[in-house]
Amino acid sequence: MEVYTAMRHFADSWGLLAMTLFFIGAILFAFRPGSRSLADEAARIPLKDD
Amino acid sequence: MSFLNNHTKLEKSATWLLIASLAVVTVGGIVEIAPLFYLQNTIEKVEGMRPYTPLELAGRDIYVREGCYTCHSQMIRPFRDEVERYGHYSLAAESMYDHSFQWGSKRTGPDLARVGQRYSNEWHVQHLIAPRSVVPESVMPNYAFLKDTPLDVNTASMKLTANRRVGVPYTDEMIANATADMRAQANPEADTKGLETRYPKVKVGNFDGDKTTLTEMDALVAYLQMLGTLVDFSTYDESAGYR
Amino acid sequence: MKFGSGIILAGGLWYVAVMGAAFAVDEPFRQHMWIAAFVLAAFTIALMRKTSFEPQPPVDDNTYMDEPIRYGVIATVFWGVVGFLVGVVIAIQLAFPDLNFEPWLNFGRARPLHTSAVIFAFGGNALIATSFYVVQRTCRARLFGGDMVWFVFWGYQFFIIMAATGYLLGITQSREYAEPEWYVDLWLTIVWVVYLVVFMGTLLRRREPHIYVANWFYLSFIITIAMLHVINNLAIPISFAGSKSYSAFSGVQDAVTQWWYGHNAVAFFLTVPFLAMMYYFVPKQVDRPIYSYRLSIVHFWSIIFLYIWAGPHHLHYTAVPDWAQTLGMVFSIMLWMPSWGGMINGLMTLSGRWDAIRTDPIVRLMVAAMAFYGMATFEGPMLSIKSVNSLSHYTDWTIAHVHAGALGWNGMITFAAVYFLAPRLWGRERLYSIRMVNWHFWLATLGIVLYASSMWVSGIMQGLMWREYDEQGFLVYSFAETVAAMHPYYVMRVSGGLFYLAGGFLMAWNVYQTIRGRVRNETPMGMALPPRGAAMQPAQ
Repeated sequence: MEVYTAMRHFADSWGLLAMTLFFIGAILFAFRPGSRSLADEAARIPLKDD
Repeated sequence: MSFLNNHTKLEKSATWLLIASLAVVTVGGIVEIAPLFYLQNTIEKVEGMRPYTPLELAGRDIYVREGCYTCHSQMIRPFRDEVERYGHYSLAAESMYDHSFQWGSKRTGPDLARVGQRYSNEWHVQHLIAPRSVVPESVMPNYAFLKDTPLDVNTASMKLTANRRVGVPYTDEMIANATADMRAQANPEADTKGLETRYPKVKVGNFDGDKTTLTEMDALVAYLQMLGTLVDFSTYDESAGYR
Repeated sequence: MKFGSGIILAGGLWYVAVMGAAFAVDEPFRQHMWIAAFVLAAFTIALMRKTSFEPQPPVDDNTYMDEPIRYGVIATVFWGVVGFLVGVVIAIQLAFPDLNFEPWLNFGRARPLHTSAVIFAFGGNALIATSFYVVQRTCRARLFGGDMVWFVFWGYQFFIIMAATGYLLGITQSREYAEPEWYVDLWLTIVWVVYLVVFMGTLLRRREPHIYVANWFYLSFIITIAMLHVINNLAIPISFAGSKSYSAFSGVQDAVTQWWYGHNAVAFFLTVPFLAMMYYFVPKQVDRPIYSYRLSIVHFWSIIFLYIWAGPHHLHYTAVPDWAQTLGMVFSIMLWMPSWGGMINGLMTLSGRWDAIRTDPIVRLMVAAMAFYGMATFEGPMLSIKSVNSLSHYTDWTIAHVHAGALGWNGMITFAAVYFLAPRLWGRERLYSIRMVNWHFWLATLGIVLYASSMWVSGIMQGLMWREYDEQGFLVYSFAETVAAMHPYYVMRVSGGLFYLAGGFLMAWNVYQTIRGRVRNETPMGMALPPRGAAMQPAQ
């Protein structure tokens, strides 16, 4: 099979699946229970006195 | 699920943040650009393409210098109106020797990909000196100074050498004759046999109408007059070119 | 010795410039090197006049290094006015072409001057200054590197001067937003690496355990711009004493590389670090934490990942292979989501403080900036759809789009940051005039509306005229007729630009008076309104 066709097939199947799963994983990770306190703490950094 | 705490590491380590974001921004470029260099079907096989003559190259450098690309494209898209207005749609092969490409992004003026041989040399010279004297609606600036500026012939061979270093197939013979070829192309009385063998289909002529000096106007008009004239479309296989 | 390294460096560069002028192989290079030598000589002499051999007091690491930021704010305002002014000039040239003055002030040479002045001089100085301000405050650490910070500031100004004068002399690579030639590119690379060292060094010496999200955006801006700049500018010069170089790539590969760079100049210069400004200055100005910090994390990773793919949408229907065009389009459309996620995150930070829009013109500027960001990031994905692009490409529609983003988003968030910073950096109680900020806001808004609407109309009209056929199947308009039809819109655009420029002058005046310590005697903004109809109570 030509390189182009092979890459095209990969991009349409496993490549796409991997990227979708990674994306969903990243979202779930960011909003996992337990990250809230860390995030709230970090969000206050600019508001501390300077 | 201890791996989930790894992002905390990222949030607290500047080095990891740097490495991770650099990795993330590299992916797109690798996937989109790298294959263009080795996929065989990126550039069609066509007949007729050759490197620019020294005079055309000098003209092209003037085209770049004056920022012509800010208002003129050199990329005809495959639409009915564009093909009727400007000619056959542009092929990848037609800009294979263009460092940098001059496709442009804006048409304040018309596309120039196939402007070669559409107008006479005299028209181009007059149009460049005072555009509104031939096209009243034009908003193009005047380029009269080109006719009074002698062309820099000293850098001709250096330009060819630099182009060879980035992949344009200039031969030693072409580089050795660069300055002579540059003068010969603008002088109809010169012996142009060597020039014509080295650069097939080359147009010779006294482009700016002034026999005494080789000017920047000669070079720019020589460049404009060859744009889009090289590829032989009678031998081009449309279906093989589709990507 | 005070300024010792600066004097040696500038003096050494002066020598290099004079040698460059002496051995130049082409005339533009010789002229350019004389300009460099003149600027460097003036700079060296200025430093020498200010030097002293007294022992310097030790630096207190518990204080912030704010002097370069003060310089940066002044440079931002100065280059902003210059960039807007050149923009107005070239807009006038398109409306009245007789106002081109060959060879130096022809449109083709002046346009890169405008784009570089607003993007790299105005935007770049704003980014360097604010990143230095934000990274110190959110890390609670003094800038790393001492004099390296000054090198970044002055080195960057030198880059701007060399780029700008080069364009007018005709020294350009013809790569949009990457026009400077090889030697100016090399200089910028050095400055940029030092910038990265200063920024990273400050992050590494921070006293705050977390790296605040604004710093992520700044950091990814610095490293990605470094990567894009180096790869896109790979070229072979004709001589080490010549201004001309030839790109390492050609044709299709060159086009995709250039627009990979070009679109990410929009992404990583005009979006990502300006979002960093949003993530710091909006919470500060309304005194509330960002709406969702976790959303900002998703925002960060998704936007930097997706943006880098979007470049090929500048090359729809060209000789670039279809697969690359389609990838560019798909990723551009996906970009809509993180863009709006970020905008909503910024806007919702105001929840509970919406009244600030009425009482605080700086908040008003910020909210308008985010609204324009939302508009531009909706329009962008739309224009990247191939069928829409077939009409819009090559027309003024693109110009309308970039100016809605640049004038609305980049301009207004920068104005807000400048107004935020000026009183704090110079230790003033408040700005010279809050009401002038309000005037600036309205002048800028009116300018953008006039600019964008005239270019939308002219762009769409132009696209439609080019493809209009009559009943016999002939093209209706010659190209020259479509040019003539643009004239009224080009005049309208000039008026929009003039309004925006007037706002810039107002800002310069306001900042100047603030620095001098003046306070304008004026009624405060947003006083409580009398109850509606109060004056119409019947007399008892």
